[in-house]
Amino acid sequence: MDTSKSNKKKAAEEDLLLPKKPFRTHGGVHIDHMKNTAETESEEIPTPKKVIISMQQHIGAACEPIVKKGDTVTVGQLIANSESFMCAPIHSGVSGVVTNIGTIIMPNGAEIKTIEIESDGRQTICPDIEPPVVTNADELYAAVRKSGLVGLGGAGFPVSIKLNFSPEKHVDTLVINGAECEPYLTADYREMMEFPEDIIEGTRFVMETLELKRAIIGIEGNKPAAIKRLDEIIRERSLDDRMCVLKLGTSYPHGAEKVLIKACTNRAVPVGKIPADAGCVVLNITSVSFIAKYVRTGMPLVSKRITVDGSAIETPKNVIAPIGTMISDIAEFCGGFKQEPKKVLMGGPMMGTALYTLDYPIIKQNNGLIFMGEKEADDVKPSDCIRCGRCVAACPMLLTPVNIQHLVEKRDVQGLNDLCVMSCMECGCCGFSCPARRPLVQYLRMAKSIVRSGR
Amino acid sequence: MENNTPNTPQMLSVSSSPHRHSGENTAYIMQDVLIALVPAALMSVVYFGWRAAMLIVLCTATCVLTEYVCRRVMKRHQTISDFSAAVTGVLLAFNLPPTLNPVFAVLGSVFAIAVVKQMFGGIGMNFVNPALAARIFLLISFPSQMSSWSLPFFYLSGNASTDVVSTATPLAQMASGSVTTPMIDLFIGLHGGCLGETCALALLIGGMYLLLRKVITPHIPLAFIGTVAVIALIAGQNPITHVLSGGVMLGAIFMATDYTTCPVNKTGRVVYGIGCGILTMTIRLFGSLPEGVSYSIVLMNILTPHIETLTQSSPFGSEVQRSGK
Repeated sequence: MDTSKSNKKKAAEEDLLLPKKPFRTHGGVHIDHMKNTAETESEEIPTPKKVIISMQQHIGAACEPIVKKGDTVTVGQLIANSESFMCAPIHSGVSGVVTNIGTIIMPNGAEIKTIEIESDGRQTICPDIEPPVVTNADELYAAVRKSGLVGLGGAGFPVSIKLNFSPEKHVDTLVINGAECEPYLTADYREMMEFPEDIIEGTRFVMETLELKRAIIGIEGNKPAAIKRLDEIIRERSLDDRMCVLKLGTSYPHGAEKVLIKACTNRAVPVGKIPADAGCVVLNITSVSFIAKYVRTGMPLVSKRITVDGSAIETPKNVIAPIGTMISDIAEFCGGFKQEPKKVLMGGPMMGTALYTLDYPIIKQNNGLIFMGEKEADDVKPSDCIRCGRCVAACPMLLTPVNIQHLVEKRDVQGLNDLCVMSCMECGCCGFSCPARRPLVQYLRMAKSIVRSGR
Repeated sequence: MENNTPNTPQMLSVSSSPHRHSGENTAYIMQDVLIALVPAALMSVVYFGWRAAMLIVLCTATCVLTEYVCRRVMKRHQTISDFSAAVTGVLLAFNLPPTLNPVFAVLGSVFAIAVVKQMFGGIGMNFVNPALAARIFLLISFPSQMSSWSLPFFYLSGNASTDVVSTATPLAQMASGSVTTPMIDLFIGLHGGCLGETCALALLIGGMYLLLRKVITPHIPLAFIGTVAVIALIAGQNPITHVLSGGVMLGAIFMATDYTTCPVNKTGRVVYGIGCGILTMTIRLFGSLPEGVSYSIVLMNILTPHIETLTQSSPFGSEVQRSGK
């Protein structure tokens, strides 16, 4: 009895050590990194003449505008909010006049309200802005909620919710996502190179405020300079007993939340559960850096660094732009196009959304704008599945896309449930590796919607 | 909207993610399989002469032509450019005795493509390996022609007529207890047998190529060959002779690994490979036939969907024990 108890205790202690090397993950694929913009300083775009701010900039309930046509707004001023739990308020990134409360059709077909603001170019800061007072977890939750922060890795989950877990979950580990495993994207990398102190300060602050035992910053091995820099700062600040930088493998998708938790802590998030159920809080590396800046200045999330790249753009670079800047303005700032763009992606090439127009504003969780030329956007027609099993070997969640596609065509709800399609995170490994170019991610999305609707 | 570039109607293409691709396609994979078959094909021509070359070309051409005609008749998109019919043709030729009358080879090729492959929906839809099904069809229909073997280099003996020197395969010899073929002859293929199955060395080279090119995974060949060796050991026979003779090498590397008819998951592939080995040895040790690789693979082909269901991996995170609090 005693030995088993002490064994258990020992195991628990070991579970909380800082890892020296990453733990094994399942599946994944190797993709050309194409981080062309890694070594160029981010550039701030001149204040755009007009911004269109979407009311849906996060997963959850849409916001409602609290300004009306003709109102004057300032930088950092709250312009839209919602009472809903799953929500992040929206602030203006420019100072100027609200010219319209309009609508826009999102890439998924839904119509959403927008606030159009004509900028006065003066960028007057909102007088209400003051640094928040944060001494405990509840205050941190309130402050992050007020800041409008959403997960900056791409999914746009309101960060305040991630920080709001019940004590029964026994959360002990803060995992910082610096994997940035998508090809092209270097926005997080630039944050690491330009504001490494903020990243470490934000990580320390969140860890200590939430009373977590350790923090693990996972960064893919293709960013040695960032790993070295952050590691140095941790040592300088003598935080290395609670905090570490973990060099991850370079296979995609190491930045997927569940894969990252496995690589950093060897824990698996139970199917259908959240990271807190595996004792972890996962924050994007730019998100923690933002938290450090917010606590210092009180300026809410009003601008975003975006990697602009792809074969069609003249000068690929990282652009810092106010939320709501039009994509066409950003393209112009990057020297325009050297060939006509055939496909424009919001996000990275593996999980990004293809846009139907350049007349579309950026939103908070955008981290990439990829302009693909004719050749790069090649849309090859799918051929017959040859059951090679590459999709099965590539799936980080251990699913079988090859069989799921057939069940989708039959609309077999029970069968799809048995194959646990809801575990799919749409990372795209199956579609990437399919020699027959089957639209497997699309099948998986349909599978999930069939299971959700029950028919 | 005034900043819109004038006179350029932007027609952007939209599609589901991912927007990048590995660049692989079915034709590349089939080409790799064909390349991997080249060493064994060359050795078959060395050992069995022009007849071997003729059978390989004939089967391949007939298979491709049959596929073309079938797709035309069925009004489906053309699939001959994916090279899968060519692979079936070469593999079928590899499974024929060198002296076989070409008419039977043509018959087998048409059966493989028209009946086994296209009638079930074409590539990816057949439930058994087309080349093996055609071999079994020929074996049952024309047993004597399909089991008359000739010695390597028979074409050099001057006895150039169809009346060739006939021999028995090493397995038949072993079953009757007459002679044992030296190990080195088995390895380099100096013995009677089907066109492509005799030279284990050439097949291994092809297999290594497929593994390096990641066309196949090692699970099926290792499980298949390992099981054959273990059962031979238990039965008190020479495991190396069993592995090197008959169709085990050809079957384990090229036939059992056919994507369409083998399980897609690793565990399933191991189970399937072991099943092939057990059935092969059961037929060899207890059956009335000296050889059982084709039957064992075809039987396991039929079991593939069930193996897949039973070995289905549970998704990541479905059996979680957290060690610490």
